[in-house]
Amino acid sequence: MHKICGMNPTPSRQIRRLWSIVAILTLLAVGWEAYKWIGETTGGVWPGTTTRLPIRTNSRSMPHLWDIAVSLFRPARRGGEDILLVILLRAGWFTLRSALVGFVAGCSIGFGLGLLFVRSRLAERGLMPYVVASQTVPVIAIAPILVVWGGRLDLPKWVSVAAISAYLAFFPVAINTLRGLRSPAATATELMRSYAASPNQTLLKLQIPAALPFLFPALKVAATASVIGAIVGELPAGLADGLGRAILGFASSFSSAPEKLFASVVVSALVGLVFVGVVALVERLVLPPTRRIDPTEAAASP
Amino acid sequence: MTDAVVLNDVSMVFNQGGDNQVHALSEIDLTIEPGEFISLIGPSGCGKSTLLRLIGDLISSTDGRVEVNGKPAHLARTDRDYGMVFQSATLLEWRSVLANVTLPLEIMGRSSVERQERGREMLDLVQLSGFEDHYPWQLSGGMQQRVAIARALAFAPSLLLMDEPFGALDEMTRERMQTELLNIWEATDTTVIFVTHSIPEAVFLSTRVVVMSPRPGRIVDVIDIDLAQPRTLDTREEQRFYELLTVVRESLRRADR
Ligand SMILES: Nc1ncnc2c1ncn2[C@@H]1O[C@H](COP(=O)(O)OP(=O)(O)O)[C@@H](O)[C@H]1O
Ligand SMILES: [Mg+2]
Repeated sequence: MHKICGMNPTPSRQIRRLWSIVAILTLLAVGWEAYKWIGETTGGVWPGTTTRLPIRTNSRSMPHLWDIAVSLFRPARRGGEDILLVILLRAGWFTLRSALVGFVAGCSIGFGLGLLFVRSRLAERGLMPYVVASQTVPVIAIAPILVVWGGRLDLPKWVSVAAISAYLAFFPVAINTLRGLRSPAATATELMRSYAASPNQTLLKLQIPAALPFLFPALKVAATASVIGAIVGELPAGLADGLGRAILGFASSFSSAPEKLFASVVVSALVGLVFVGVVALVERLVLPPTRRIDPTEAAASP
Repeated sequence: MTDAVVLNDVSMVFNQGGDNQVHALSEIDLTIEPGEFISLIGPSGCGKSTLLRLIGDLISSTDGRVEVNGKPAHLARTDRDYGMVFQSATLLEWRSVLANVTLPLEIMGRSSVERQERGREMLDLVQLSGFEDHYPWQLSGGMQQRVAIARALAFAPSLLLMDEPFGALDEMTRERMQTELLNIWEATDTTVIFVTHSIPEAVFLSTRVVVMSPRPGRIVDVIDIDLAQPRTLDTREEQRFYELLTVVRESLRRADR
Protein backbone atom coordinates (compact mmCIF):
# COMPACT_ATOMS: atom_id res chain seq x y z
CA MET A 1 0.00 0.00 0.00
CA HIS A 2 2.84 2.36 0.80
CA LYS A 3 5.84 2.44 -1.45
CA ILE A 4 7.89 4.56 0.90
CA CYS A 5 9.45 2.62 3.70
CA GLY A 6 12.59 4.65 4.17
CA MET A 7 12.12 4.83 7.91
CA ASN A 8 11.53 1.14 8.52
CA PRO A 9 13.38 -0.12 11.56
CA THR A 10 16.68 -1.41 10.30
CA PRO A 11 17.45 -5.13 10.74
CA SER A 12 19.91 -4.33 13.51
CA ARG A 13 17.20 -2.45 15.39
CA GLN A 14 14.83 -5.39 15.08
CA ILE A 15 17.52 -7.75 16.32
CA ARG A 16 18.17 -5.46 19.27
CA ARG A 17 14.46 -5.51 20.05
CA LEU A 18 14.39 -9.30 19.89
CA TRP A 19 17.39 -9.44 22.21
CA SER A 20 15.75 -7.14 24.73
CA ILE A 21 12.67 -9.40 24.80
CA VAL A 22 14.85 -12.48 25.34
CA ALA A 23 16.84 -10.64 28.01
CA ILE A 24 13.72 -9.59 29.91
CA LEU A 25 12.26 -13.09 29.80
CA THR A 26 15.56 -14.53 31.01
CA LEU A 27 15.72 -11.97 33.80
CA LEU A 28 12.19 -12.84 34.93
CA ALA A 29 12.97 -16.57 34.89
CA VAL A 30 16.20 -16.07 36.81
CA GLY A 31 14.38 -13.82 39.30
CA TRP A 32 11.69 -16.45 39.85
CA GLU A 33 14.17 -19.23 40.49
CA ALA A 34 16.47 -17.01 42.59
CA TYR A 35 13.56 -15.99 44.82
CA LYS A 36 12.68 -19.67 45.28
CA TRP A 37 16.29 -20.49 46.08
CA ILE A 38 16.54 -17.71 48.69
CA GLY A 39 13.32 -18.82 50.33
CA GLU A 40 14.36 -22.44 50.43
CA THR A 41 17.82 -21.76 51.89
CA THR A 42 16.62 -19.25 54.54
CA GLY A 43 13.42 -21.04 55.41
CA GLY A 44 11.05 -18.38 54.08
CA VAL A 45 12.55 -15.12 55.42
CA TRP A 46 14.60 -12.32 53.86
CA PRO A 47 18.32 -13.20 54.25
CA GLY A 48 19.72 -12.01 57.61
CA THR A 49 16.29 -10.93 58.93
CA THR A 50 13.23 -12.49 60.43
CA THR A 51 10.87 -10.76 57.97
CA ARG A 52 8.79 -13.31 56.10
CA LEU A 53 8.87 -13.39 52.30
CA PRO A 54 5.52 -12.24 50.84
CA ILE A 55 4.97 -15.41 48.81
CA ARG A 56 5.84 -18.91 49.96
CA THR A 57 8.53 -20.48 47.89
CA ASN A 58 7.61 -24.14 48.17
CA SER A 59 6.91 -26.01 44.95
CA ARG A 60 3.17 -25.69 45.52
CA SER A 61 3.09 -21.87 45.56
CA MET A 62 5.88 -21.44 43.05
CA PRO A 63 6.69 -24.53 41.02
CA HIS A 64 10.03 -24.67 39.26
CA LEU A 65 9.79 -23.27 35.74
CA TRP A 66 10.99 -26.55 34.27
CA ASP A 67 8.25 -28.40 36.16
CA ILE A 68 5.70 -26.10 34.48
CA ALA A 69 7.33 -26.67 31.09
CA VAL A 70 7.49 -30.45 31.57
CA SER A 71 3.85 -30.61 32.70
CA LEU A 72 2.82 -29.20 29.33
CA PHE A 73 4.11 -32.33 27.64
CA ARG A 74 2.71 -34.89 30.08
CA PRO A 75 -0.79 -36.36 29.80
CA ALA A 76 -3.15 -34.00 31.56
CA ARG A 77 -5.13 -36.72 33.31
CA ARG A 78 -4.00 -40.05 34.63
CA GLY A 79 -4.52 -42.52 31.81
CA GLY A 80 -5.49 -39.71 29.42
CA GLU A 81 -4.10 -39.69 25.91
CA ASP A 82 -3.62 -36.00 25.21
CA ILE A 83 -0.79 -34.01 26.71
CA LEU A 84 -1.66 -30.87 28.66
CA LEU A 85 -0.40 -28.55 25.91
CA VAL A 86 -2.76 -30.04 23.34
CA ILE A 87 -5.69 -29.85 25.73
CA LEU A 88 -4.92 -26.22 26.59
CA LEU A 89 -4.40 -25.23 22.95
CA ARG A 90 -7.70 -26.86 22.01
CA ALA A 91 -9.40 -24.97 24.84
CA GLY A 92 -7.56 -21.82 23.74
CA TRP A 93 -8.83 -22.17 20.19
CA PHE A 94 -12.38 -22.72 21.47
CA THR A 95 -12.14 -19.56 23.58
CA LEU A 96 -10.46 -17.59 20.83
CA ARG A 97 -13.37 -18.24 18.46
CA SER A 98 -15.91 -16.62 20.80
CA ALA A 99 -13.40 -13.86 21.51
CA LEU A 100 -12.95 -13.22 17.78
CA VAL A 101 -16.68 -12.90 17.19
CA GLY A 102 -16.94 -10.61 20.23
CA PHE A 103 -13.93 -8.62 19.04
CA VAL A 104 -15.41 -8.01 15.59
CA ALA A 105 -18.83 -7.13 17.02
CA GLY A 106 -17.39 -4.94 19.79
CA CYS A 107 -15.03 -3.08 17.48
CA SER A 108 -17.83 -2.47 14.96
CA ILE A 109 -20.07 -1.11 17.70
CA GLY A 110 -17.21 1.00 19.08
CA PHE A 111 -16.37 2.39 15.65
CA GLY A 112 -20.05 3.10 14.99
CA LEU A 113 -20.37 4.96 18.28
CA GLY A 114 -17.26 7.00 17.45
CA LEU A 115 -18.81 7.97 14.11
CA LEU A 116 -22.13 8.83 15.75
CA PHE A 117 -20.47 10.97 18.42
CA VAL A 118 -18.31 12.90 15.98
CA ARG A 119 -21.40 13.70 13.90
CA SER A 120 -23.69 14.59 16.76
CA ARG A 121 -22.70 16.48 19.88
CA LEU A 122 -26.17 15.72 21.17
CA ALA A 123 -25.61 11.97 20.92
CA GLU A 124 -22.20 12.35 22.53
CA ARG A 125 -23.56 14.34 25.44
CA GLY A 126 -26.49 11.97 25.87
CA LEU A 127 -24.76 8.62 25.50
CA MET A 128 -21.15 9.14 26.53
CA PRO A 129 -21.87 8.98 30.29
CA TYR A 130 -23.45 5.55 29.82
CA VAL A 131 -20.59 4.36 27.65
CA VAL A 132 -18.15 5.32 30.39
CA ALA A 133 -20.39 3.95 33.15
CA SER A 134 -20.68 0.63 31.32
CA GLN A 135 -17.01 -0.01 32.00
CA THR A 136 -17.31 0.60 35.73
CA VAL A 137 -19.71 -2.35 36.07
CA PRO A 138 -17.58 -5.41 36.82
CA VAL A 139 -17.63 -8.02 34.08
CA ILE A 140 -18.43 -10.79 36.57
CA ALA A 141 -21.72 -8.98 37.24
CA ILE A 142 -22.57 -8.42 33.58
CA ALA A 143 -21.58 -11.89 32.40
CA PRO A 144 -24.35 -13.90 34.16
CA ILE A 145 -26.96 -11.36 33.04
CA LEU A 146 -25.95 -11.70 29.40
CA VAL A 147 -25.92 -15.50 29.76
CA VAL A 148 -29.46 -15.49 31.17
CA TRP A 149 -30.67 -13.17 28.41
CA GLY A 150 -28.99 -15.33 25.77
CA GLY A 151 -30.69 -18.39 27.25
CA ARG A 152 -34.10 -16.68 27.10
CA LEU A 153 -33.55 -15.95 23.43
CA ASP A 154 -32.52 -19.57 22.78
CA LEU A 155 -29.15 -18.45 21.50
CA PRO A 156 -26.19 -20.85 21.56
CA LYS A 157 -24.09 -20.33 24.68
CA TRP A 158 -21.04 -19.12 22.76
CA VAL A 159 -23.11 -16.16 21.53
CA SER A 160 -23.50 -14.95 25.12
CA VAL A 161 -19.77 -15.42 25.63
CA ALA A 162 -19.03 -13.39 22.49
CA ALA A 163 -21.41 -10.69 23.75
CA ILE A 164 -19.39 -10.46 26.98
CA SER A 165 -16.21 -10.09 24.89
CA ALA A 166 -17.86 -7.39 22.81
CA TYR A 167 -18.92 -5.60 25.98
CA LEU A 168 -15.30 -5.24 27.02
CA ALA A 169 -13.92 -4.61 23.52
CA PHE A 170 -16.15 -1.79 22.29
CA PHE A 171 -15.08 0.82 24.82
CA PRO A 172 -11.45 1.56 23.88
CA VAL A 173 -12.41 1.49 20.21
CA ALA A 174 -15.25 3.99 20.69
CA ILE A 175 -13.05 6.40 22.65
CA ASN A 176 -10.08 6.26 20.28
CA THR A 177 -12.21 6.39 17.14
CA LEU A 178 -13.79 9.58 18.41
CA ARG A 179 -10.41 11.02 19.31
CA GLY A 180 -8.95 10.03 15.95
CA LEU A 181 -11.86 11.41 13.93
CA ARG A 182 -11.42 14.71 15.77
CA SER A 183 -7.65 14.75 15.28
CA PRO A 184 -7.34 16.62 11.93
CA ALA A 185 -6.07 20.20 12.26
CA ALA A 186 -8.68 22.96 12.04
CA THR A 187 -7.07 24.11 8.80
CA ALA A 188 -7.51 20.64 7.26
CA THR A 189 -11.22 20.77 8.07
CA GLU A 190 -11.43 24.30 6.61
CA LEU A 191 -9.68 23.02 3.50
CA MET A 192 -12.41 20.40 3.00
CA ARG A 193 -15.02 23.08 3.57
CA SER A 194 -13.35 25.27 0.95
CA TYR A 195 -13.80 22.39 -1.55
CA ALA A 196 -17.48 22.25 -0.56
CA ALA A 197 -16.90 18.60 0.40
CA SER A 198 -19.92 16.73 1.75
CA PRO A 199 -19.78 15.45 5.35
CA ASN A 200 -19.30 11.90 4.01
CA GLN A 201 -16.42 12.98 1.79
CA THR A 202 -14.76 14.73 4.71
CA LEU A 203 -15.20 11.56 6.75
CA LEU A 204 -13.77 9.25 4.09
CA LYS A 205 -10.95 11.40 2.77
CA LEU A 206 -9.86 13.20 5.93
CA GLN A 207 -11.25 11.95 9.23
CA ILE A 208 -11.07 8.17 8.88
CA PRO A 209 -7.53 8.10 7.44
CA ALA A 210 -6.48 10.50 10.19
CA ALA A 211 -8.09 8.23 12.80
CA LEU A 212 -6.22 5.04 11.82
CA PRO A 213 -3.12 5.66 13.97
CA PHE A 214 -5.45 6.14 16.97
CA LEU A 215 -7.53 3.10 16.08
CA PHE A 216 -4.83 0.43 16.11
CA PRO A 217 -3.70 0.88 19.74
CA ALA A 218 -7.39 0.60 20.70
CA LEU A 219 -7.75 -2.57 18.63
CA LYS A 220 -4.84 -4.11 20.54
CA VAL A 221 -6.47 -3.31 23.87
CA ALA A 222 -9.77 -4.65 22.52
CA ALA A 223 -8.04 -7.88 21.44
CA THR A 224 -6.79 -8.68 24.95
CA ALA A 225 -10.05 -7.50 26.51
CA SER A 226 -12.07 -9.79 24.27
CA VAL A 227 -9.98 -12.82 25.28
CA ILE A 228 -10.42 -11.98 28.96
CA GLY A 229 -14.14 -11.43 28.37
CA ALA A 230 -14.46 -14.84 26.72
CA ILE A 231 -12.54 -16.65 29.49
CA VAL A 232 -14.63 -15.03 32.22
CA GLY A 233 -17.84 -15.44 30.23
CA GLU A 234 -17.41 -19.20 29.83
CA LEU A 235 -17.86 -19.74 33.56
CA PRO A 236 -21.47 -18.52 34.03
CA ALA A 237 -22.29 -19.85 30.55
CA GLY A 238 -21.22 -23.28 31.74
CA LEU A 239 -19.15 -23.97 28.65
CA ALA A 240 -16.77 -26.82 29.41
CA ASP A 241 -14.52 -26.70 26.36
CA GLY A 242 -12.75 -23.35 26.81
CA LEU A 243 -9.90 -21.92 28.82
CA GLY A 244 -12.24 -20.57 31.51
CA ARG A 245 -13.34 -24.03 32.58
CA ALA A 246 -9.81 -25.41 32.20
CA ILE A 247 -8.35 -22.76 34.49
CA LEU A 248 -11.09 -23.30 37.05
CA GLY A 249 -10.52 -27.06 36.93
CA PHE A 250 -6.77 -26.76 37.44
CA ALA A 251 -7.31 -24.21 40.20
CA SER A 252 -9.40 -26.72 42.13
CA SER A 253 -6.66 -29.34 41.86
CA PHE A 254 -4.05 -26.73 42.71
CA SER A 255 -2.73 -28.48 45.79
CA SER A 256 -1.89 -31.69 43.96
CA ALA A 257 -0.71 -30.27 40.63
CA PRO A 258 0.05 -26.53 40.86
CA GLU A 259 2.20 -26.56 37.73
CA LYS A 260 -0.89 -27.27 35.59
CA LEU A 261 -2.56 -24.05 36.73
CA PHE A 262 0.58 -22.09 35.94
CA ALA A 263 0.79 -23.81 32.56
CA SER A 264 -2.79 -22.82 31.75
CA VAL A 265 -2.02 -19.22 32.73
CA VAL A 266 0.94 -19.25 30.33
CA VAL A 267 -1.19 -20.63 27.49
CA SER A 268 -3.99 -18.08 28.17
CA ALA A 269 -1.45 -15.28 27.97
CA LEU A 270 -0.12 -16.74 24.72
CA VAL A 271 -3.60 -16.78 23.18
CA GLY A 272 -4.01 -13.08 23.97
CA LEU A 273 -0.51 -12.31 22.72
CA VAL A 274 -1.10 -14.06 19.41
CA PHE A 275 -4.30 -12.07 18.93
CA VAL A 276 -2.53 -8.77 19.68
CA GLY A 277 0.29 -9.86 17.39
CA VAL A 278 -2.11 -10.35 14.48
CA VAL A 279 -3.54 -6.84 15.03
CA ALA A 280 -0.01 -5.42 15.16
CA LEU A 281 0.78 -7.20 11.90
CA VAL A 282 -2.24 -5.67 10.20
CA GLU A 283 -1.17 -2.27 11.54
CA ARG A 284 2.24 -2.76 9.96
CA LEU A 285 0.65 -3.56 6.63
CA VAL A 286 -1.78 -0.63 6.70
CA LEU A 287 0.28 2.16 8.28
CA PRO A 288 3.77 3.28 7.25
CA PRO A 289 6.25 3.58 10.14
CA THR A 290 5.93 7.38 10.24
CA ARG A 291 2.24 7.12 11.10
CA ARG A 292 2.36 4.48 13.82
CA ILE A 293 1.77 5.75 17.32
CA ASP A 294 4.43 4.64 19.74
CA PRO A 295 2.50 2.98 22.60
CA THR A 296 4.64 4.75 25.20
CA GLU A 297 3.85 8.08 23.55
CA ALA A 298 0.15 7.26 23.31
CA ALA A 299 0.06 6.47 27.02
CA ALA A 300 1.80 9.73 27.87
CA SER A 301 -0.46 12.02 25.82
CA PRO A 302 -3.89 12.88 27.31
CA MET B 1 -16.90 42.76 -15.60
CA THR B 2 -18.08 41.59 -12.17
CA ASP B 3 -15.84 42.46 -9.27
CA ALA B 4 -13.84 39.60 -7.80
CA VAL B 5 -14.67 40.55 -4.22
CA VAL B 6 -16.98 43.17 -2.74
CA LEU B 7 -16.94 43.87 0.99
CA ASN B 8 -19.63 46.27 2.09
CA ASP B 9 -19.74 47.58 5.65
CA VAL B 10 -18.58 44.21 7.01
CA SER B 11 -18.24 43.69 10.77
CA MET B 12 -17.26 40.64 12.72
CA VAL B 13 -17.83 40.07 16.43
CA PHE B 14 -16.83 36.73 17.96
CA ASN B 15 -18.88 35.36 20.88
CA GLN B 16 -21.30 38.25 20.67
CA GLY B 17 -22.80 39.09 24.05
CA GLY B 18 -20.47 36.72 25.90
CA ASP B 19 -17.77 37.59 28.43
CA ASN B 20 -15.12 36.80 25.84
CA GLN B 21 -16.66 38.94 23.10
CA VAL B 22 -14.07 40.07 20.51
CA HIS B 23 -14.80 42.85 18.06
CA ALA B 24 -12.48 41.61 15.32
CA LEU B 25 -13.51 43.69 12.29
CA SER B 26 -15.43 46.91 11.89
CA GLU B 27 -16.95 48.64 8.85
CA ILE B 28 -14.80 46.99 6.23
CA ASP B 29 -15.38 48.38 2.71
CA LEU B 30 -13.27 47.04 -0.13
CA THR B 31 -13.72 46.19 -3.79
CA ILE B 32 -11.22 43.92 -5.55
CA GLU B 33 -11.14 43.63 -9.34
CA PRO B 34 -10.36 40.41 -11.22
CA GLY B 35 -6.64 39.83 -11.72
CA GLU B 36 -5.54 42.02 -8.82
CA PHE B 37 -2.95 40.96 -6.29
CA ILE B 38 -4.06 42.36 -2.94
CA SER B 39 -2.06 42.15 0.27
CA LEU B 40 -3.64 42.59 3.68
CA ILE B 41 -1.10 43.90 6.16
CA GLY B 42 -1.40 44.86 9.81
CA PRO B 43 -0.21 43.94 13.28
CA SER B 44 -1.03 40.44 14.43
CA GLY B 45 -4.51 40.09 15.89
CA CYS B 46 -5.95 42.88 13.71
CA GLY B 47 -8.30 40.52 11.88
CA LYS B 48 -6.48 39.68 8.64
CA SER B 49 -7.18 35.96 8.91
CA THR B 50 -10.72 36.68 9.97
CA LEU B 51 -11.28 38.84 6.88
CA LEU B 52 -9.85 36.09 4.64
CA ARG B 53 -12.09 33.48 6.30
CA LEU B 54 -15.12 35.72 5.76
CA ILE B 55 -14.35 36.01 2.05
CA GLY B 56 -13.96 32.22 1.90
CA ASP B 57 -17.22 31.66 3.83
CA LEU B 58 -15.33 29.62 6.42
CA ILE B 59 -17.09 31.86 8.96
CA SER B 60 -20.04 34.23 8.53
CA SER B 61 -19.93 37.93 9.23
CA THR B 62 -22.13 39.38 11.95
CA ASP B 63 -22.92 42.35 9.74
CA GLY B 64 -22.51 43.59 6.19
CA ARG B 65 -22.29 42.06 2.73
CA VAL B 66 -19.56 39.75 1.37
CA GLU B 67 -19.71 38.99 -2.34
CA VAL B 68 -17.36 36.92 -4.47
CA ASN B 69 -17.72 36.96 -8.25
CA GLY B 70 -21.04 38.77 -7.90
CA LYS B 71 -22.57 36.14 -5.56
CA PRO B 72 -22.90 35.83 -1.80
CA ALA B 73 -19.78 34.20 -0.33
CA HIS B 74 -21.49 30.91 0.51
CA LEU B 75 -22.57 30.40 -3.10
CA ALA B 76 -19.06 31.19 -4.30
CA ARG B 77 -17.77 28.54 -1.93
CA THR B 78 -20.17 25.87 -3.13
CA ASP B 79 -19.27 26.89 -6.71
CA ARG B 80 -15.61 26.31 -5.75
CA ASP B 81 -14.60 29.80 -6.79
CA TYR B 82 -11.55 30.04 -4.57
CA GLY B 83 -8.51 28.06 -3.45
CA MET B 84 -7.03 28.41 0.02
CA VAL B 85 -3.42 28.27 1.27
CA PHE B 86 -2.55 28.48 4.98
CA GLN B 87 0.68 29.21 6.81
CA SER B 88 1.08 25.50 7.51
CA ALA B 89 0.93 23.50 4.30
CA THR B 90 -1.71 21.17 5.80
CA LEU B 91 -0.85 18.27 3.50
CA LEU B 92 -2.45 14.92 4.24
CA GLU B 93 0.44 12.78 5.44
CA TRP B 94 -1.00 9.50 4.14
CA ARG B 95 -1.21 10.82 0.59
CA SER B 96 1.61 11.10 -1.90
CA VAL B 97 2.46 14.54 -3.27
CA LEU B 98 0.42 13.89 -6.41
CA ALA B 99 -2.53 12.54 -4.44
CA ASN B 100 -2.47 15.64 -2.25
CA VAL B 101 -2.62 17.90 -5.28
CA THR B 102 -5.49 15.93 -6.81
CA LEU B 103 -7.51 15.77 -3.56
CA PRO B 104 -9.84 18.64 -4.51
CA LEU B 105 -10.39 17.12 -7.96
CA GLU B 106 -11.27 13.81 -6.33
CA ILE B 107 -13.84 15.55 -4.16
CA MET B 108 -15.24 17.32 -7.20
CA GLY B 109 -15.70 13.97 -8.92
CA ARG B 110 -13.28 14.49 -11.81
CA SER B 111 -12.16 11.42 -13.75
CA SER B 112 -8.96 9.65 -12.78
CA VAL B 113 -7.34 10.51 -16.12
CA GLU B 114 -8.11 14.20 -15.72
CA ARG B 115 -6.85 14.15 -12.14
CA GLN B 116 -3.52 12.63 -13.08
CA GLU B 117 -3.03 14.98 -15.98
CA ARG B 118 -4.02 18.10 -14.11
CA GLY B 119 -2.04 17.09 -11.02
CA ARG B 120 1.17 16.64 -13.01
CA GLU B 121 0.57 19.92 -14.80
CA MET B 122 0.20 21.72 -11.45
CA LEU B 123 3.34 20.10 -10.01
CA ASP B 124 5.17 21.25 -13.10
CA LEU B 125 3.85 24.79 -12.50
CA VAL B 126 5.31 24.84 -8.98
CA GLN B 127 8.50 23.15 -10.20
CA LEU B 128 8.03 19.88 -8.37
CA SER B 129 7.99 17.49 -11.32
CA GLY B 130 9.58 14.24 -10.26
CA PHE B 131 8.25 14.43 -6.70
CA GLU B 132 4.83 12.93 -7.52
CA ASP B 133 5.38 9.77 -5.48
CA HIS B 134 7.11 11.37 -2.51
CA TYR B 135 5.34 11.77 0.80
CA PRO B 136 4.95 15.11 2.61
CA TRP B 137 7.46 14.26 5.37
CA GLN B 138 10.14 13.82 2.72
CA LEU B 139 9.82 17.45 1.56
CA SER B 140 11.28 20.68 2.94
CA GLY B 141 8.95 23.38 4.25
CA GLY B 142 9.22 25.38 1.04
CA MET B 143 8.45 22.33 -1.10
CA GLN B 144 5.46 21.46 1.07
CA GLN B 145 4.11 24.97 0.64
CA ARG B 146 4.51 24.66 -3.14
CA VAL B 147 2.47 21.47 -3.03
CA ALA B 148 -0.20 23.37 -1.09
CA ILE B 149 -0.23 26.07 -3.79
CA ALA B 150 -0.46 23.46 -6.55
CA ARG B 151 -3.38 21.86 -4.69
CA ALA B 152 -5.17 25.21 -4.33
CA LEU B 153 -4.79 25.89 -8.06
CA ALA B 154 -5.62 22.35 -9.23
CA PHE B 155 -9.26 23.14 -9.95
CA ALA B 156 -8.43 26.52 -11.52
CA PRO B 157 -10.30 28.73 -9.05
CA SER B 158 -10.59 32.36 -10.06
CA LEU B 159 -9.57 33.52 -6.58
CA LEU B 160 -6.64 32.45 -4.42
CA LEU B 161 -6.80 33.19 -0.68
CA MET B 162 -3.42 32.96 1.07
CA ASP B 163 -2.92 33.36 4.82
CA GLU B 164 0.76 34.11 5.53
CA PRO B 165 1.75 31.25 3.21
CA PHE B 166 5.48 32.00 3.44
CA GLY B 167 5.46 33.01 7.10
CA ALA B 168 7.28 29.88 8.26
CA LEU B 169 9.98 29.92 5.56
CA ASP B 170 13.52 31.26 5.76
CA GLU B 171 14.30 34.53 3.98
CA MET B 172 16.03 32.99 0.92
CA THR B 173 13.29 30.46 0.29
CA ARG B 174 10.73 33.12 0.89
CA GLU B 175 12.05 35.45 -1.82
CA ARG B 176 12.30 32.60 -4.30
CA MET B 177 8.70 31.59 -3.52
CA GLN B 178 7.54 35.18 -3.99
CA THR B 179 8.97 35.28 -7.51
CA GLU B 180 7.44 31.89 -8.29
CA LEU B 181 4.07 33.00 -6.99
CA LEU B 182 4.13 36.06 -9.25
CA ASN B 183 4.99 33.84 -12.23
CA ILE B 184 2.03 31.62 -11.41
CA TRP B 185 -0.22 34.64 -10.92
CA GLU B 186 0.73 35.95 -14.35
CA ALA B 187 0.35 32.55 -16.01
CA THR B 188 -3.11 31.88 -14.55
CA ASP B 189 -5.05 35.21 -14.34
CA THR B 190 -5.95 34.36 -10.77
CA THR B 191 -7.00 37.08 -8.34
CA VAL B 192 -4.90 36.80 -5.18
CA ILE B 193 -5.64 37.98 -1.66
CA PHE B 194 -2.49 37.58 0.38
CA VAL B 195 -2.18 38.06 4.14
CA THR B 196 1.26 39.03 5.42
CA HIS B 197 2.95 41.08 8.08
CA SER B 198 6.08 41.64 6.04
CA ILE B 199 6.21 45.08 4.43
CA PRO B 200 8.73 44.18 1.67
CA GLU B 201 6.70 41.08 0.81
CA ALA B 202 3.48 43.09 0.49
CA VAL B 203 5.12 45.78 -1.65
CA PHE B 204 6.99 43.36 -3.90
CA LEU B 205 3.98 41.16 -4.65
CA SER B 206 0.96 43.42 -4.75
CA THR B 207 -0.92 45.68 -7.07
CA ARG B 208 -2.52 47.20 -3.95
CA VAL B 209 -1.69 46.96 -0.26
CA VAL B 210 -4.53 47.17 2.27
CA VAL B 211 -3.30 48.49 5.63
CA MET B 212 -5.34 47.49 8.69
CA SER B 213 -5.49 48.85 12.22
CA PRO B 214 -5.80 46.73 15.36
CA ARG B 215 -8.85 46.18 17.59
CA PRO B 216 -11.29 46.38 16.04
CA GLY B 217 -9.70 45.79 12.63
CA ARG B 218 -10.40 48.60 10.17
CA ILE B 219 -8.98 49.50 6.79
CA VAL B 220 -6.89 52.65 7.29
CA ASP B 221 -5.24 52.89 3.88
CA VAL B 222 -5.28 51.27 0.48
CA ILE B 223 -1.94 51.94 -1.23
CA ASP B 224 -1.45 51.53 -4.98
CA ILE B 225 1.82 49.80 -5.78
CA ASP B 226 2.83 51.34 -9.10
CA LEU B 227 5.96 49.27 -9.66
CA ALA B 228 6.36 47.99 -13.23
CA GLN B 229 5.15 44.48 -14.10
CA PRO B 230 6.53 41.89 -14.27
CA ARG B 231 8.39 42.25 -11.01
CA THR B 232 11.89 40.83 -11.05
CA LEU B 233 14.88 40.50 -8.74
CA ASP B 234 15.79 44.06 -9.75
CA THR B 235 12.45 45.39 -8.53
CA ARG B 236 13.75 45.14 -4.97
CA GLU B 237 16.64 47.46 -5.88
CA GLU B 238 14.49 50.22 -7.38
CA GLN B 239 14.22 53.64 -5.78
CA ARG B 240 10.41 53.45 -6.04
CA PHE B 241 10.41 50.14 -4.12
CA TYR B 242 12.09 51.85 -1.16
CA GLU B 243 9.73 54.81 -1.34
CA LEU B 244 6.74 52.46 -1.22
CA LEU B 245 8.20 50.58 1.75
CA THR B 246 8.29 53.91 3.58
CA VAL B 247 4.72 54.77 2.57
CA VAL B 248 3.41 51.44 3.90
CA ARG B 249 5.53 51.63 7.05
CA GLU B 250 4.27 55.11 7.88
CA SER B 251 0.70 54.10 7.22
CA LEU B 252 1.09 51.15 9.61
CA ARG B 253 2.59 53.44 12.23
CA ARG B 254 -0.35 55.83 11.94
CA ALA B 255 -2.78 52.91 12.13
CA ASP B 256 -1.23 51.66 15.35
CA ARG B 257 -1.83 54.92 17.19
N1 LIG C 1 -12.88 31.75 16.40
C1 LIG C 1 -12.58 32.83 17.16
N2 LIG C 1 -13.20 33.03 18.35
C2 LIG C 1 -12.92 34.11 19.11
N3 LIG C 1 -12.04 35.06 18.77
C3 LIG C 1 -11.39 34.94 17.60
C4 LIG C 1 -11.63 33.80 16.74
N4 LIG C 1 -10.82 33.93 15.66
C5 LIG C 1 -10.12 35.08 15.84
N5 LIG C 1 -10.47 35.70 17.00
C6 LIG C 1 -9.94 36.97 17.51
O1 LIG C 1 -10.13 37.95 16.51
C7 LIG C 1 -9.01 38.82 16.45
C8 LIG C 1 -8.44 38.79 15.05
O2 LIG C 1 -7.85 37.54 14.81
P1 LIG C 1 -7.14 37.15 13.45
O3 LIG C 1 -8.06 37.42 12.33
O4 LIG C 1 -6.62 35.77 13.56
O5 LIG C 1 -5.92 38.19 13.41
P2 LIG C 1 -4.66 38.20 12.43
O6 LIG C 1 -4.82 37.14 11.41
O7 LIG C 1 -4.65 39.58 11.86
O8 LIG C 1 -3.46 37.99 13.30
C9 LIG C 1 -8.03 38.34 17.50
O9 LIG C 1 -8.20 39.14 18.63
C10 LIG C 1 -8.46 36.93 17.76
O10 LIG C 1 -8.16 36.57 19.09
MG1 LIG D 1 -3.64 35.41 11.08
